[in-house]
Amino acid sequence: MNIVACVKRVPTTEAVAKPTADGKGLDSAGLQYMISFYDEIAVEEAVKTKEALGAGEVTVLTLGTKGGTKEIRECLAKGGDKAVVLVDEEWQDRDARATAKALTAQIQSMGADVVFMGRVATDRDNAAVGPMVATYLGWPCVTDVISLEISGQSGTAKVETEDGVETVTFSCPAVITCQKGLNEPRYAGLKGIMAAKKKPYEEIDATVEANQAVSVEVALPAARKEGRIVGEGVDAIPALIEALQNEAQVL
Amino acid sequence: MSKVIVYCEHTGGEVRRASLEAIGAAKGAGADVVAVLAGEGAAAAAATAVGASKAVCLTGPAEFSSDAVAAAAADVCKAEGAKGFLAAATYRGKDIAPRVAAHLDVTPFADCIEVTADGDSFHVKRPWLAGKALATLGTSGDVMVATTRLNVFNAPEGGAPGETAEHAISAEAKAKVTGIEAKGDSKLDVKEAPVVVSGGRGLQEAEHFGMLEDLAGAFGNAAVGASRAVVDLGWRPHGEQVGQTGKTVSPQLYIAVAISGAIQHLAGMRTSGTIVAINKDADAPIFKVADYGIVGDAFEIVPKLTEAIKAAKG
Repeated sequence: MNIVACVKRVPTTEAVAKPTADGKGLDSAGLQYMISFYDEIAVEEAVKTKEALGAGEVTVLTLGTKGGTKEIRECLAKGGDKAVVLVDEEWQDRDARATAKALTAQIQSMGADVVFMGRVATDRDNAAVGPMVATYLGWPCVTDVISLEISGQSGTAKVETEDGVETVTFSCPAVITCQKGLNEPRYAGLKGIMAAKKKPYEEIDATVEANQAVSVEVALPAARKEGRIVGEGVDAIPALIEALQNEAQVL
Repeated sequence: MSKVIVYCEHTGGEVRRASLEAIGAAKGAGADVVAVLAGEGAAAAAATAVGASKAVCLTGPAEFSSDAVAAAAADVCKAEGAKGFLAAATYRGKDIAPRVAAHLDVTPFADCIEVTADGDSFHVKRPWLAGKALATLGTSGDVMVATTRLNVFNAPEGGAPGETAEHAISAEAKAKVTGIEAKGDSKLDVKEAPVVVSGGRGLQEAEHFGMLEDLAGAFGNAAVGASRAVVDLGWRPHGEQVGQTGKTVSPQLYIAVAISGAIQHLAGMRTSGTIVAINKDADAPIFKVADYGIVGDAFEIVPKLTEAIKAAKG
């Protein structure tokens, strides 16, 4: 089985946002990067799927920069067999459609059986690329999967909605986006880290369509109005109730 | 007047409040709204799509399929000449909107907190980095496809749509919903609830969340939330996690109990209407975003607060 795990390098969750001087983007100077939290779950699920089938190959695919080898190699250290980087120096500012189309073309040329992605990249928070790639490919897609079984050429997934847990059936090839709880991503062992250095790592100049998204303004959220400590311990409860009723009017 | 399609989810014969808020977002941007409904009971629920001038019910196979519904919704979008497509940022809305966008070959925007007219197109404001920054964005695509964050927009007032129509789902379903295990109780999701009572590691053990459930129960319209630490410890399910790797919420009232307020948590709840923090550490970062803080022991304060809320609610 030809398995693909799509990943994105994103600023670490500790990152502080700083708008650029023109007020239309975010300053990436000095940022530390990580593989997006949910994409780590996607890599783990890809590797687990290969292990369960006892055969196959896991390709770690990203739209990114030549400078991101450390984080991508980590995915190989955790069980990916090879990496393909679609090199696009504007990767961070690509909109969902442009990103999805570049990935779609590559996935088509590789002939994947199943593609795993994180449910959302924790930088632009769009949660769109997975279902868009599937739609462009004409494949089924299950988003935010918390439990998955793939047997032969079909699968069953569970997803959590506001109303409960749904069971979704699909056939392969398919795109699965991964939610927390699907698995517990493994740590890279020393053996894995050593092996990753020798695994194929391909950089391809990407053909990427222009963005449709146009940035009008990027700003920090307005500061909340100054709050106050209403008091200490249980004695403060009457003052809190009074404030909630009369000031905030939420009771 | 630009036309906007709003995908309306429905439950119990009525359009979901979150979807009505999406209609409100479109109306607020001056649009004429066409509601699109799918699934069993759509025809009956269509009458409750308040604010829409027309409702289109998608008819087709009994088993729900997001891909087939999205293809049909995109067809309606084209047939109506719509300049916008909105859905609530629920599970289903976020599942369907990107597919509609791909069918229309436009880029989508998730979790928007503002929608404004820009000529006959639209601008949206949405969080980046889980709300550490807010981006105002337009599109050069033909249609603005976006999902709207829950509890941000007002549901419109008025009557039923003046016109209803049907549109047959023609695309073959690829992934199908074959089973639904409804929640055992009528618990609200943290994204939907007007009041969220969240707990952190300071509560020391899973059993102590019982007192937060009691506090939520005293409000009647509250959901229990949790910090990432608590979810990672297995004390609470991931569906309750608020923050950068959980859910972003904007309730009218957010009560943070024994949560110190890591930057990732603050990103997920700072747009709440009123924030109350209860923490024994007076220097905890949560107090910097809180409107009202009580410094003290949650184990003493929360049960008394529950009594006080019950009394206030009468």
